[in-house]
Amino acid sequence: MLSTILSFISAAIIQGIPLLYGAVGEIITEKSGNLNLGIPGIMYIGGISGIVGGFIYEHSTSSPNAALCILIPLLSCLVCSAFMALIYSFLTVTLRANQNVTGLALTTFGVGVGNFFGGSLKSFFGESGSISLLTTGNYYKTKLPFAGSLGAFGDAFLSFGFLAYLAIIIAIVASLVINKTRVGLNLRAVGENPATADAAGINVTKYKYVATCAGGAIAGLGGLYFVMDYIAGAWTNDGFGDRGWLAIAIVIFALWRPNLSVLCSFIFGGLYIICTYIPGLSSASKELIKMLPYVVTIIVLVVISARKRRENQPPAHLGLSYFREER
Amino acid sequence: MASAAIELRGITKRFGSVVANNNISLFVNKGEILSLLGENGSGKTTLMNMISGIYHPDEGEIFINGSPVAISSPHDAFDYKIGMIHQHFKLVDVFTAAENIVLGLNERGRFDIDKVSSRVAEISAKYGFEIDPRKKIYRMSVSEKQTVEIIKVLYRGADILILDEPTAVLTPQETQKLFAVLRRMRDDGKAIIIITHKLHEVLALSDRVSVLRRGEYVGTLKTADTNEMELTEMMVGRKVSLNISRAEPVDPKDRLVVNNLCVTNRDGVKLLDDVTFTARSGEILGIAGIAGSGQRELLEAIAGLKSVSSGELVYNDFKTGNSENLRNKTPIQIRDLGVRLSFVPEDRLGMGLVGSMDIIDNMMLRSYRRGNGVFVERREPRELADRIIEQLSVVTPSATTPVRRLSGGNVQKVLVGREISSAPTVLMAAYPVRGLDINSSYTIYNLLNEQKARGVAVIFVGEDLDVLLELCDRILVLGGGRVTGIVDARTAKKEQIGLLMTKHGEVEQ
Amino acid sequence: MSGKKHSAPPVYITKRDGLIWYKSWLIRIVAVLLALVLCSVIIIALTGFNPLQVYSAMVRGSFGTSRKLWTMLQNLAMLLCISLAVTPAFKMRFWNIGAEGQVLVGALATAACMFYLGDSLPQPLMIAIMLVSALAAGVVWAFIPAYFKAKWNTNETLFTLMMNYVAIQLVSFFIALWVPSGSGVMGVINQNSRSGWLPSVFGQRYFINIVVVAIVTAAMFIYLKYSKQGYEISVVGESENTARYIGIDVKKVILRTMAISGAVCGLAGFLLVSGTNHTVTTNTAGGMGFTAIMVSWLGKFNAAIMILTSFIIVFLQRGAGEIATKFNLNQSVADILTGIILFFIIGCEFFVNYKINLRHKEGK
Repeated sequence: MLSTILSFISAAIIQGIPLLYGAVGEIITEKSGNLNLGIPGIMYIGGISGIVGGFIYEHSTSSPNAALCILIPLLSCLVCSAFMALIYSFLTVTLRANQNVTGLALTTFGVGVGNFFGGSLKSFFGESGSISLLTTGNYYKTKLPFAGSLGAFGDAFLSFGFLAYLAIIIAIVASLVINKTRVGLNLRAVGENPATADAAGINVTKYKYVATCAGGAIAGLGGLYFVMDYIAGAWTNDGFGDRGWLAIAIVIFALWRPNLSVLCSFIFGGLYIICTYIPGLSSASKELIKMLPYVVTIIVLVVISARKRRENQPPAHLGLSYFREER
Repeated sequence: MASAAIELRGITKRFGSVVANNNISLFVNKGEILSLLGENGSGKTTLMNMISGIYHPDEGEIFINGSPVAISSPHDAFDYKIGMIHQHFKLVDVFTAAENIVLGLNERGRFDIDKVSSRVAEISAKYGFEIDPRKKIYRMSVSEKQTVEIIKVLYRGADILILDEPTAVLTPQETQKLFAVLRRMRDDGKAIIIITHKLHEVLALSDRVSVLRRGEYVGTLKTADTNEMELTEMMVGRKVSLNISRAEPVDPKDRLVVNNLCVTNRDGVKLLDDVTFTARSGEILGIAGIAGSGQRELLEAIAGLKSVSSGELVYNDFKTGNSENLRNKTPIQIRDLGVRLSFVPEDRLGMGLVGSMDIIDNMMLRSYRRGNGVFVERREPRELADRIIEQLSVVTPSATTPVRRLSGGNVQKVLVGREISSAPTVLMAAYPVRGLDINSSYTIYNLLNEQKARGVAVIFVGEDLDVLLELCDRILVLGGGRVTGIVDARTAKKEQIGLLMTKHGEVEQ
Repeated sequence: MSGKKHSAPPVYITKRDGLIWYKSWLIRIVAVLLALVLCSVIIIALTGFNPLQVYSAMVRGSFGTSRKLWTMLQNLAMLLCISLAVTPAFKMRFWNIGAEGQVLVGALATAACMFYLGDSLPQPLMIAIMLVSALAAGVVWAFIPAYFKAKWNTNETLFTLMMNYVAIQLVSFFIALWVPSGSGVMGVINQNSRSGWLPSVFGQRYFINIVVVAIVTAAMFIYLKYSKQGYEISVVGESENTARYIGIDVKKVILRTMAISGAVCGLAGFLLVSGTNHTVTTNTAGGMGFTAIMVSWLGKFNAAIMILTSFIIVFLQRGAGEIATKFNLNQSVADILTGIILFFIIGCEFFVNYKINLRHKEGK
């Protein structure tokens, strides 16, 4: 029984990590007032760019080096994800386009790019079959060296690849930066009231660009974790599923707080797979359980709007463009 | 001669086809308070926004300590130690006072909000402000918020301070306190510009005064060498006598009786407190008061847009002899009672009209419900639009031009034209001539007088006392949400009304 | 004090007072052409094919045969229908991005009627019941977020977004319930009796769908432009304060408009199941609920222009599907090309609405 629970916790964490990256990325983005609905697409891009980077490297050498196996996909993931967010920023901040429309177009584009390269990468190299980067995947899955010696506890909490820990570190750092630093204060001001931030001498455009691109890069890591660690260097079209949207749900569920999103991601991750741990569930009720995260998010959304506690609201200027000389 | 702390030379700023500032030059020395005087819409705020980096001038140059500068962002303005206190506070609601104060600053060292708080407390103590640095802005009163704004500028050690109508929201005591602070800062060697349209403040506080009129620079005087009369003439550009015609009311009868009206906001603060008055048919009732004394709430409560917490609004129907209490009725219910109430709100394009719609569709706002059909009827509105364009000489390319593209005066003609087209029995107009040129203003006065002659009970909220005194029959003065007096406009003195406007502070003591 | 020298920004941006229509369309056409050039570059880089050849294949993909033409028209009709559905809400500035879910529940309700009623009822009655259930389901799905928006100003973008996934799971739930094998795939319902299937007209099985959407298009155009309710929607969307001022019950308009939005989505769901697929999957709406948002927005919430914008998108998708098959590429190339063209169209609106002015150098 205990071992089932521990293995459930471990699985929930594994499921939660991509969501956590997505959620933290989106929180940072939303704190600047940008509602980036392109995050699901960016996460696809993060995954596929890592795969492409890893694939090209594995093909270029006969003895892949561990550091490069990690670094090349990581860098290509960060660069490509941030570039996607840059497109979003350029359209919504500089060209003042509607955020919802831009974000959705970005998701269409990102999912398309992911599935296109995922499906055709091997044929470009004249090979057939599906992508499998076992070597790279194994490096990404390397556990903490002492995890095995700690028994069940080690299995449940310490048996993850480095990206899992990085996710938690990023969430905590993001939380500290947003709440405890000057940069964080300025960022929150930009999302709450850009005119005030502008008048206070904050470069609103710069903050929006940087936050959105940083958020995009972080979200992209969620895609990378999924393809490299969770499915060990493979790609299946649409395999990432609706996790990107689940990440956006977590943003609400966590009340726009990165530290809280760690817990929320693991809860959502647990809900995602809990049905396989409850014996005797019909396939229909499994689907109902999968509905839970969204229903819970809706309830949270309704409750915070009904209670009107100012500290729990979405950033006041979320979804709107800012134009200084408008009068 | 030492160069001025800040000097403007030939500043021009246009918004589209509107010239907000035309070739304006002025300067302030260190250790000096300059008043920037002008009526509403004379371009004072636009000019100051260019100093603080919100706008960039189309032409002209700005000099700081004698050297030319380009202030292209508020950040640049801070670098030049320019601090602006806006009329509409620029504060983040969910932040604390301390967080707002350090917002955007690049101080060295670790960011420590507690340290900031103690420095804020220090500044507060020095100047006698009372403020809790940890209090959230959304929990603060208006004057607390202004205090935060001022501390924000002091915290940044600004040498040049610009205050945009800082006293509009303050009680006389708070105003005196503010002036004491400003004098202390002047003695500290700071250059201060205070934007205002209140003459007694200019005379009480400033060393020199520069006057703007309709975006043009009129002149600068030493305060010691001038007086209210001279300043007024510079500001309005003509004798104060306006020659607005005023007929004797014909057969005035009580049309709208307001008894003990109270309106409170969400926080339980009374915006209108025990307001009692009567509006009579065939009469223009003026409403005077400093900005935000409850004028808007009063009109909105009568129009059914604001919920009333106590009191009554009795409408007398002369035809049927019935009296109806309009309290907390919706605009539709009021109309269905047969009450023909017209309302020209202060916010013309944000409330009275839809900016992106053309004149015809704006005519329909009041009448589109007519008839039982599912579809709107555009024939009558089109005729009405054409009629208004012709009769009020609205300058517009066509009746299908979005009203947003019209000039302020023409927008107002469209709005007033529509509101009087429904043959109202009560007509309420809030600041109907604000921002209008003289000709348009007189068109509006004439329209109001016409309505009065037709036996309409006209309620006119104004800010220019001279206009109120010449146009209205009686003037009700609001101070802090209370009626501080109702005077006969034919005999009342301007000073008497001015006194009543600031009376609420004394009442509360 | 500061030694920094600041210079004025070289360009500044002002809002246009309004651009003559042909100029604004010229800007948009240029944007699409630029997007096609970029797409060509990408196609060459990826495949080495001649892009002209690729584009002509795209045209053939949509118009090549009468069957392709009808399929294209059917896709166009469905996308347009959903775009029309979200339009009244958008016009009211209510960001209904929940069309996907509203279509799905409509489809689900339709399929449920077909599944449970089988061939027990005469066909016209059957179709009527299906239609009513689909509309009702769509209305309910749209009404829930609208209710909370009206009551507590709950963020409708996030709410409707979440409702999509609740709907998807609901569909999965019922499929799992209805398909005992556990395959999770609902086969064609009433394959033999064809009960609840919209009939073919003139030998075209999509004929009714297309005609219905044509009617909806005209009706929506008239509703928004000439009806009292449509006028109220415009007023609420432009200025809630003005709406209050003239006594419009804003909450009522929000609820009513979202109900209409949901009903048309439900209708789309009905057509997709009864007229097109005769089954339901979580992919029945196939992302059209999201694409529709872009169609509606790009079409300026004008039903007539939306015919054009939805055509562009469907043409791209059909055409890209064709080249994918023909040149042995992955079908997802359609999404990439759609995405790129959308970016350009979205971006070009800036140049329609704003003017970039060069600042003239001023003498010292």
